[in-house]
Amino acid sequence: MSQGNVLLSIRDLTISYGNIMAVKGISFDVYEGEIVTLIGANGAGKSSTLRGVSGLIPYKGVITFQGQDMKSIPADKIVAMGIAQVPEGRGIFGNLTVLENLKLATWSRKDKHEFPKDYQRVFDIFPRLSERQGQLGGTLSGGEQQMLAVGRALMSRGKMMLLDEPSMGLAPVLVREIFSVLREINQAGTTILLVEQNANMALRIASRGYVLETGVIAHTGTGQKLLGDPRVKEAYLGG
Amino acid sequence: MSKESSDNGNWKNWLSRQWAKIVTNRKLLPVLLVIGLLLSFAIPQFGLLNQYIVLILIYVGINIILSTSLNLVNGYMGEFSVGHAGFMAVGAYISAILTTKIIPDSLAPWLFPLVVFAGGTGAALIGLMVAIPSFKTRGDYLAIVTLAFLMIVKSLIENIEVIGGPRGIPGITRLTTLPWTFIWVVIAVWVIRNFVYSKFGRGVLSIREDEIASDLMSVNSRQVKMLTFVISSFFAGVAGALFAHILQFISPRVFDIIKSTDILIMVYLGGIGSIAGSILGALIFTILLEVLRPLGMWRMVLMPLVLVVLMIYRPRGIMGLREFRWFVPGYDLIATNLWRKKKEAKDVSTS
Repeated sequence: MSQGNVLLSIRDLTISYGNIMAVKGISFDVYEGEIVTLIGANGAGKSSTLRGVSGLIPYKGVITFQGQDMKSIPADKIVAMGIAQVPEGRGIFGNLTVLENLKLATWSRKDKHEFPKDYQRVFDIFPRLSERQGQLGGTLSGGEQQMLAVGRALMSRGKMMLLDEPSMGLAPVLVREIFSVLREINQAGTTILLVEQNANMALRIASRGYVLETGVIAHTGTGQKLLGDPRVKEAYLGG
Repeated sequence: MSKESSDNGNWKNWLSRQWAKIVTNRKLLPVLLVIGLLLSFAIPQFGLLNQYIVLILIYVGINIILSTSLNLVNGYMGEFSVGHAGFMAVGAYISAILTTKIIPDSLAPWLFPLVVFAGGTGAALIGLMVAIPSFKTRGDYLAIVTLAFLMIVKSLIENIEVIGGPRGIPGITRLTTLPWTFIWVVIAVWVIRNFVYSKFGRGVLSIREDEIASDLMSVNSRQVKMLTFVISSFFAGVAGALFAHILQFISPRVFDIIKSTDILIMVYLGGIGSIAGSILGALIFTILLEVLRPLGMWRMVLMPLVLVVLMIYRPRGIMGLREFRWFVPGYDLIATNLWRKKKEAKDVSTS
C-alpha cells in the first residue's frame, strides 16, 4: 500500500511477566496509512505487545511514535499524543451512558468546537449508537459495545488506532460489520494496528501482517501473501 | 357507578400528571431554595420549632455535608476512605482557633463564613498531602493510609498543648445557625452535584468501573483522584467548622474512628454514588439516633443491626446509584439533534 512515513516503530521489544518472557525482542514498523495486523495463537505475545505500546506495562527495547520515544510516558498521555485505543474486552463503562462513554474519550482534547462533528461521524458510522445514546453502557449487547468501543476510539481522534481483539465474542455477521468499518476508518486516514485471533478476517483487510509465535515474529508479509502461505494456513486459518 | 369510578381514575391521573410536572420542573428549584432560606431564618427568629428540634436540624445539615462529600470518594470513585473524621477535625480546630484566639468576638459573627471557608481550605490542603502518596499506588491502600492519617491527626492534637491537648478547646461561641447551615448544605450539594455531572465526574465514574480502560480513554486518573479527594476533604473541613461552632466544645476524642464510622454508615445507608441517597442517609441516621436516644447504649447495638439488615435486603443502600430527577442535568442532546436533522435531510433528498 502507500508507504508513507514511519508512524510507529518498535525495536527489540521485550516484555516479561516475572520469569516468563512473553515477547522476545521483536521489531517492526507501522507506516502511515497502513493496517498492520499481529496474529497468532493464545499466549503468542500479541496483546502484550499492544499493552507495551499503550504504556500499560513496562518493557525493554524502544518504541517510538512519530519519532518520539514513548518510554515511561503514562498511558493517558500516550492516548493524548494520538494513539486511540480499543482495549481488550472493550472496556465499556457500564455505569455511564453511551454518550458519556463517547464524551469521556475527548478528555484531553482542547478543540471543543470540533466535538459535534466527531459525534456526528460516530453516529453516521454506527446509527445504532445514536438510538442508544441515553442508555447505560452496561445494558448494550456485545456488538453494540464493540461499536461503542470503536466509536470512543474515533472520538479521541488519534492518528493511529490500536485494537485488541475486536472480534472477540461476536457473531460472524457483526465481525464482518466491524471489520468493514475499520477499513472505512483506515481509508479516512487513520493508521490501524490490529491484534486478532481471527486471522482470516484480519489478514483480508490488512496491508501487512506479522505472525507471532511464542514471543517472536515467525512470518511476515502482505495480508494477501500471508493468506496464501501454506504454513499460516495450516496453523491459523484452519487448513 | 362506573362513570364515577372512571372520573375518579381521570382525576387521579390528572393529579399524578400534575405531580410529575411539579417534580420535574427545574424552575421550581430556586423558589424552593428561597423558601428554605426564609424558613431557616424564620424558625429560630419566631421560635416556630423548639430549640431541640432546631439543633437536630443543624446536625442533619452538617451530616448531609459529611455524607455527600464522603460519597464522592467512597461511592462515586469506589475507593475507601475512613479518614473523614480527621479532615473534620482539621476544619474544626482551624476554625475554633480562629474564633477563640484570633478574631475578636465582636467580629466573629460577621467573619463566620470566612472562618468556615478557612477550615475547609485547611482540610483540603491536608487532603492533598494525604492524596499525593495514597494515589501513587492502585488498590486498597487508601483505607490504610486514611486510617493512619486519622490516628496521626488525633495524636498530634492530643500532644499540642497550645490548642488544649487532650482537653480540647472549650468555650467556642455558638456561631452555627440554621441559616448558615442551610447555606453551606446548599453550597456543598450544589458543588458536588456539578462536579459529579462534569467532565471530571465522568472521569471519576469511569475510574470506579475500570481504571485501566479509563487511562486508555486519556483520562488523567491521578489528577481526577486527587481533585476528588481534595473536594471531599474540603467539605469535611467545612462540616467540622460548623460542628465545632454548634457543639461549642471540641476535643480529639470527638473525632475518632467512631465518627468516621458514623459517616460511613450514612453513606452506605443512603446509597453509594447518589447525592439524594447521601441526603436521605444523613437525615434518617440523625433522626434515628435521636429517636432511639431513650434506649441508651442499646442504640449502638441497634444501629449496626439496622445496617446489617439493610445490606442484606438493599445492598446498594436506599438510593444506590439512583438519583432524584432534580439532581440530574437536562440531557445534552445537541449532538443527537444535529445527527437527526442531517439524517432527515438525507432521507428527504434520497426519496
